[in-house]
Amino acid sequence: MSNQVKIDPEMVSPKKEETATLTGRRKFLGWILGIGTVTVGGFLSVPLFRFALHPLTDTTTATGWSDLGTVDELTAITEPKKIVITVNQVDGWRKVILEKSVYVVKEPDGKLKVLSAICPHLGCSVRYAEAEHQFACPCHKGMFEPTGKLVSGPPPRNLDELDSRIADGKLQVRYQSFRQLVPTKEVIA
Amino acid sequence: MMSEKSSIADSSTKGGRLMSWFDKRTDIKDLTHEALDEPIPGGARLAYVFGSGLLYILLSQIVTGVFLAMYYVASADHAHTTVAYITKAVTGGSFVRSLHSYGSSAMVITLVVHLAQTYFWGAYKGRRELLWLSGLILFAFVIGMAFTGYLLPWDQKAYFATAVGTNIAGEMPLIGDWIKRLMRGGTEMGTLTLSRFFVAHVFLIPACIFAFVGTHVFLFRKAGSAGPIKADPIDPKLKTEQFYPKQVIYDIIFATILVGILGLLSYFSPVELGPKANPADTNFMPRPEWYYLPIFQWLKYWSGPNVIIGIVIIPTIIIGFLALLPFFDRNHVRKPWKRPVAIGSFLLVLGSLVFLGWQSGNDDSRDASTAKQLAKQTEETDAFMKAKFEPELAGATLAAQNVELADPLAAKGKTLFTDNSCDGCHGDNGTGTDAGPKLIGVGVKYDHDKLLNLLKNPTQKMKDGNMDPVELPDEQMNALMSYLNSLK
Repeated sequence: MSNQVKIDPEMVSPKKEETATLTGRRKFLGWILGIGTVTVGGFLSVPLFRFALHPLTDTTTATGWSDLGTVDELTAITEPKKIVITVNQVDGWRKVILEKSVYVVKEPDGKLKVLSAICPHLGCSVRYAEAEHQFACPCHKGMFEPTGKLVSGPPPRNLDELDSRIADGKLQVRYQSFRQLVPTKEVIA
Repeated sequence: MMSEKSSIADSSTKGGRLMSWFDKRTDIKDLTHEALDEPIPGGARLAYVFGSGLLYILLSQIVTGVFLAMYYVASADHAHTTVAYITKAVTGGSFVRSLHSYGSSAMVITLVVHLAQTYFWGAYKGRRELLWLSGLILFAFVIGMAFTGYLLPWDQKAYFATAVGTNIAGEMPLIGDWIKRLMRGGTEMGTLTLSRFFVAHVFLIPACIFAFVGTHVFLFRKAGSAGPIKADPIDPKLKTEQFYPKQVIYDIIFATILVGILGLLSYFSPVELGPKANPADTNFMPRPEWYYLPIFQWLKYWSGPNVIIGIVIIPTIIIGFLALLPFFDRNHVRKPWKRPVAIGSFLLVLGSLVFLGWQSGNDDSRDASTAKQLAKQTEETDAFMKAKFEPELAGATLAAQNVELADPLAAKGKTLFTDNSCDGCHGDNGTGTDAGPKLIGVGVKYDHDKLLNLLKNPTQKMKDGNMDPVELPDEQMNALMSYLNSLK
């Protein structure tokens, strides 16, 4: 107890002197300068934040429309037709050209739609087996009707339909990837 | 226990309990006292702002530099594209890059003022030899930062200015060629030059600058402020004033002026980027950054065997004189008008540099063909800046496309590869996926017969991974093999 009493004044006494020099004026100035510095610093960091957060506002990863062929030509198909499209993807400061397979299929009412060839199960490429008139996934034997409807096997949903449009008499598709293993179609890229 | 309570209660009336807790663990109050209560003989002055101004610019260069590195790639293939991306596409990118670029000029100007002032004030006198030397070394490092940073955008002027700069180093007798090859990472300018300059600019020189700024500030505090020119440099005998608050306010005012100038310049006159470096361009006239113009002009006057005088002997004399100054100028006389030789020689060198720089601009504007070419280069830069940012086509993509052009059999094999859903597991262009291994290089790994056999009769391991035997007519098999062999 007596020891502690001896130590305490030693620890406190230099601080007493120091706080004495910290007069009201010095302290007030300190606050003003501190607040001023933080304000100016905050102001200056705005462009840096915008710079670093650029990917949040950038939409360059979006992909454009790819041509599949003329509508006249494609309306004549009787079986699903596989078409390899090139997809231009912008990856930051570089451009990547990817090749993707899609199927153009005709619905019973004659309307054309475009299916992704990626199996919604685990992402293998589905091929159209002409003999069986079915889409067959080579990996885990998922089977789909020529319109993409699931027949049998482990896939959780039908083959995914891609956005398509007709421009200048040509069928165009916008390629997208979807989340695997979920019962509903969810865009991931 | 009791004393703990009483001391907390005690301190809570002063700095607050949290401050007291923090201070006991860090001695922050003593540190603040040490930093802010430095005595300045003769009192605070606006004239003393340049040293701390340099620290402020250094901080700004570090912060903006780190942010630029977020998008920059140091490779001859990509550097220019990434800087164009920063300048044209990234939000605030042009502004941040301009701050960094103008910051380097601000650094050089402030540094020259700081050095000239120390010289004129005689503030290197009185046991300040090491302080002076550490300052000169910092000067050299800053010049090195300016030189290495200039190449990084890899545009025309960056490329050719560095080609000239490294050639000058190559003129040095005996070791010149050796130094040039080390700087360039080879005999020619190339991607290794860029890597080396990048590493020097962001790792090596900054590390040295941190170490020497620490040394410089430590030695400054040890020697103390020299005060006004009438004071003795060791024992000023003047009433002192503490650094805080007045000098701190002066320093902040100067930093604010610097922020204002750099910010306004960067906003209203952003730094440009020229077209990508084209080593084959024989017409390009490189002009260095303004602070290198005097040296650029100086070198025009020296050629042949005399070059050693111009680039080695005279600079060595000047630098040696500066470095040794506090060792032989040992009296404590500080008033400039009482030191005519020292002041005169400094003004002579400074005046010569200004004259050389002015002369360089003069030469360019007087010669019609030079002026025309320089105007053309400015036009090309303006045109490049106006053009929209164009992403660079990724290399792997090009290789994949070339297959079709190169070999029709391989192209047919590629169609078979996708038609049979091989790409489902082995990926686009055989690059591999989670479901199957990549096939790039498979033609080198196995000889023709072995590979053909593996395709027709997969091993048990391959079958377990869902690889089906490939059953195709011979002719198609041949095409597929050709494609697989093309995957390199």
